[in-house]
Amino acid sequence: MGRKEDNIKKAQALMNKPKQIRNLGICAHIDHGKTTLSDNLIAGAGMMSEELAGKQLLLDFDEQEQARGITINAANASMVHDYEGQEYLINLIDTPGHVDFGGDVTRAMRAVDGSIVLACAVEGVMPQTETVIRQSLKERVKPLLFINKVDRLINELEVTPEQMQARFIKIITEVNGLINKMVPAEFKKEWSLRVEEGSVAFGSAYHNWAISVPYMKESGITFKDIFEYCKQGKQKELAKKAPIHKILLDMAIDHHPNPLDAQKYRIPNIWHGDPESKIGKSMTDCNPNGPVAFMVTKIVLDPHAGEVAIGRLFSGTIKRGENLHILGMPNPNRTQQVSLSVGADRISVESICAGNIVAVTGLKDAIAGSTVSDDPEMEAFEKIVHYSEPVVTVAIEAKLMKDLPKLVEVLRSVAKADPSIQVEINQETGEHLMSGMGELHLEITEYRIKNEHKVEIKSSLPIVVYRESVDKLTPKEFEGKSPNKHNKFYITTEPLEENIIEFIKSGKVPSEGGRIKDARGLMMQMQELGMSKDEAKGIVAIFGPNLFIDMTKGIQNLHETMELCREGYIEVMKKGPLADERVMGVKVKLMDAKLHEDTIHRGPAQVIPAIRQGICGAMCLSGRVLLEPKQKVQISVPQDVMGAATREMQQRRSVIEDMTQEGDMVTIKSKAPVSEMFGFSNSIRSVTGGRAMWSTENCGFEKIPRELLDEVVGKIRTRKGLKAEPYDAAYYTS
Amino acid sequence: MAKLIFIGLGLGNEKGITLNGLETARSCDSAFMESYTSILEEGSVPKLEEMFGKKIHILDREGVETGMEVLEHAAREDVCFLVPGDAMSATTHVDMRLRAHALGIPTEIIGGVSAFTAIPAMLGLQNYKFGRTITVPIPEPNFNPTSFYERAHDNFKMGMHTLCLLDIQKDRGRFMTANQALEVLAIIEEDLQQDFMTPDRLVCVVARAGSEDCLAKAGYLKDMLKQDFGPPLHSIVIPGDLHFLEAKALVELAGAPAKILTEE
Repeated sequence: MGRKEDNIKKAQALMNKPKQIRNLGICAHIDHGKTTLSDNLIAGAGMMSEELAGKQLLLDFDEQEQARGITINAANASMVHDYEGQEYLINLIDTPGHVDFGGDVTRAMRAVDGSIVLACAVEGVMPQTETVIRQSLKERVKPLLFINKVDRLINELEVTPEQMQARFIKIITEVNGLINKMVPAEFKKEWSLRVEEGSVAFGSAYHNWAISVPYMKESGITFKDIFEYCKQGKQKELAKKAPIHKILLDMAIDHHPNPLDAQKYRIPNIWHGDPESKIGKSMTDCNPNGPVAFMVTKIVLDPHAGEVAIGRLFSGTIKRGENLHILGMPNPNRTQQVSLSVGADRISVESICAGNIVAVTGLKDAIAGSTVSDDPEMEAFEKIVHYSEPVVTVAIEAKLMKDLPKLVEVLRSVAKADPSIQVEINQETGEHLMSGMGELHLEITEYRIKNEHKVEIKSSLPIVVYRESVDKLTPKEFEGKSPNKHNKFYITTEPLEENIIEFIKSGKVPSEGGRIKDARGLMMQMQELGMSKDEAKGIVAIFGPNLFIDMTKGIQNLHETMELCREGYIEVMKKGPLADERVMGVKVKLMDAKLHEDTIHRGPAQVIPAIRQGICGAMCLSGRVLLEPKQKVQISVPQDVMGAATREMQQRRSVIEDMTQEGDMVTIKSKAPVSEMFGFSNSIRSVTGGRAMWSTENCGFEKIPRELLDEVVGKIRTRKGLKAEPYDAAYYTS
Repeated sequence: MAKLIFIGLGLGNEKGITLNGLETARSCDSAFMESYTSILEEGSVPKLEEMFGKKIHILDREGVETGMEVLEHAAREDVCFLVPGDAMSATTHVDMRLRAHALGIPTEIIGGVSAFTAIPAMLGLQNYKFGRTITVPIPEPNFNPTSFYERAHDNFKMGMHTLCLLDIQKDRGRFMTANQALEVLAIIEEDLQQDFMTPDRLVCVVARAGSEDCLAKAGYLKDMLKQDFGPPLHSIVIPGDLHFLEAKALVELAGAPAKILTEE
């Protein structure tokens, strides 16, 4: 039996011993070496040849990933590791670092209990490093630090041993600062990194070695030795003495919690049902005999098995051929295969129990984020909230007429597998819109549609996604009339308070179809945020970060048209009056209504348009504004090309926020509109002779400058086949 | 001087119009007809066109609600606006009338026979004793009103009859049947438990009022639910307290169970 097969056997035995399980994720800024590290861990554990590790990028098993040298999916693998005479099962998830795929990182964090954050010794803490630490802590996933690419620091930057240590201290201090800022209070002490305790390691994932302070003591290797090994090109030898998989997996086993301990404090954070209920207790106890509670964090498409749901099993045991409920879906699904993942392979087993990361086929209704249980009444897990929203859109059409219906199906499946992708299907024109986190994100998704789903498509150039909003309160209530003129709705709109927008975006309120689940609870929360009681009490719907509030009192029959009002409100929130873009940050208030006596004269065909007219008209009088997505752009360049880099940024309507110098390198931090950043990659490379390191991060929507408003609105409207000029309030009075 | 004349077409077929209405329609320059809230029997419109000696422009709901075309014509010529039933009763066109006035266009009304009187007449119920009229809508997603049930119940508590008109969605080819409407009322009863639309409640159904094959039936809700009243249009009456003559008429003219004569 080969080592791999042997390990698979051991893994199956360990699955049932939660104390000997660690679920961990590897996350970092792009190109800091996550996948190389993951591969070496897997190889070290005997799941692939050591020679290939670091070169093969086993977890980048997608063709696109191998071609581009980056990880796109959060890939997962299980391995067995021996620590102090005991065997452990490590369930590992490698996450993408490119900012466009941040949603994948957020979801992966739900599945694990511990994370290893990589920081490149050369680049240090980068914007995405901060993001992944935040994502980790938000899910109460304990972070550890690995400082990678130490060999490059020594050989390329030619630092002295003292400078090297100083740089380590700087990175550790910065990371600790970030952890301290964001860690839940009860873990403040326990979760800060301490070099002497071994919660930090240093090394080179590429050259397969790592070291930590406890291991230095144990093995007698010093920083000075490391320095020498690197200088003299003897890293292979170092890798024998301090193999990376041993150091890092030891660290994880030593410092990361096992699922039994972790679920005790993680469950209350991600599940808001009754902790004393059977399911609640079973989850906090990680009970394999309790009801099934499975959170799907990823759907991957397997050419043979179809859609595979991967996620964390928090309670119970999932067996092959079992009926499970996808919460929110009408009918149960039958599980087909239940398996552990080893790189690109899935090892099918009869059953897997609580505390593990599981891959299941047959759950055809599941999407990333679904809660799966054998109890249809189970309270669902808290929604996995990703911080950013799509900012770039392409229009997609099928090249061949015959593919029209198939494309619709494929787009639905794509959106299901990657919740960061939003698709808007237009059956009439056949031109569908697909929005994502950035150019690359969409490019890769298009590639998948063509190559994995085999549909030939034509796509437009990417365009950015805009949002509509208002900047003041409507001076006077706006009257929206029904087509039959027998019903009138009086409406005002105004900007929604920032803290309430944040609250809605945090996902703490349900916003499915805009309906409110717990009106009383919401009222209390809104009042705590400073909203008046009258407003808080009247909230009818939340859609996007927008509120619809009924401020009327005692109007007969209004209650039975309220659902229609909600529909009309949502229609406007999806397509605003300025440019048919989504509305963001608007508080819509229904101040008064006059209704016809007879039900038939205030049905859907009357009320929905009346509300629509009312809200659109009120927005016209509230100072309509257009918001555009912005990006933080961080560029590090040698001093002699700094001028070229700043010029490049200035051409892109950016604001330079900070410039710092370290040695010969200058770091420029700026903020730029996403629309101006298309093609940036090529330009910056050419103006700096390829010597710039740079990264971007989406940072929300901001008003576009007044002087550009008309032009941009005109362009959007023309593209959508609307008349260039938006309608004014008068248009909405008739 | 150009003007706009609202003409009620009465019930049934082309023969429901008054002589006054017919003569006026003949002398008008153009004719429009509202066709989405009520209908005449099939084939009536071509016959009306023959009688009037002109084409009738049929308007859908949007055409009526915006009223643009009608008002544009009425600004320069005599226009008649034809409405099945009475011109101003079920769907009031008062908004169009007011807008015509706002544009300086004079208006006239020529009344027509209406379901509001025809239905009580067929059942032998006294017009004086009716409360507020209701319309039962076809339930739709996000639109499940119950206020019409409450109105009818209010009427009933005060001893008044309720005329229930039923939803007509001609643009979608849907005409609510009496059975569907009774079922809607029974479902609301189940929800609200008001002891009102119970299986033993006496209800009346009138089908195709004003047509040759019109029909009037009275009976208990549970029995009426199962009966077939034929093609549209249908209406319902929920009787309140019955005068002895009304009870007698319901038994005699609408086949109500004789038991109701002694129930008082």
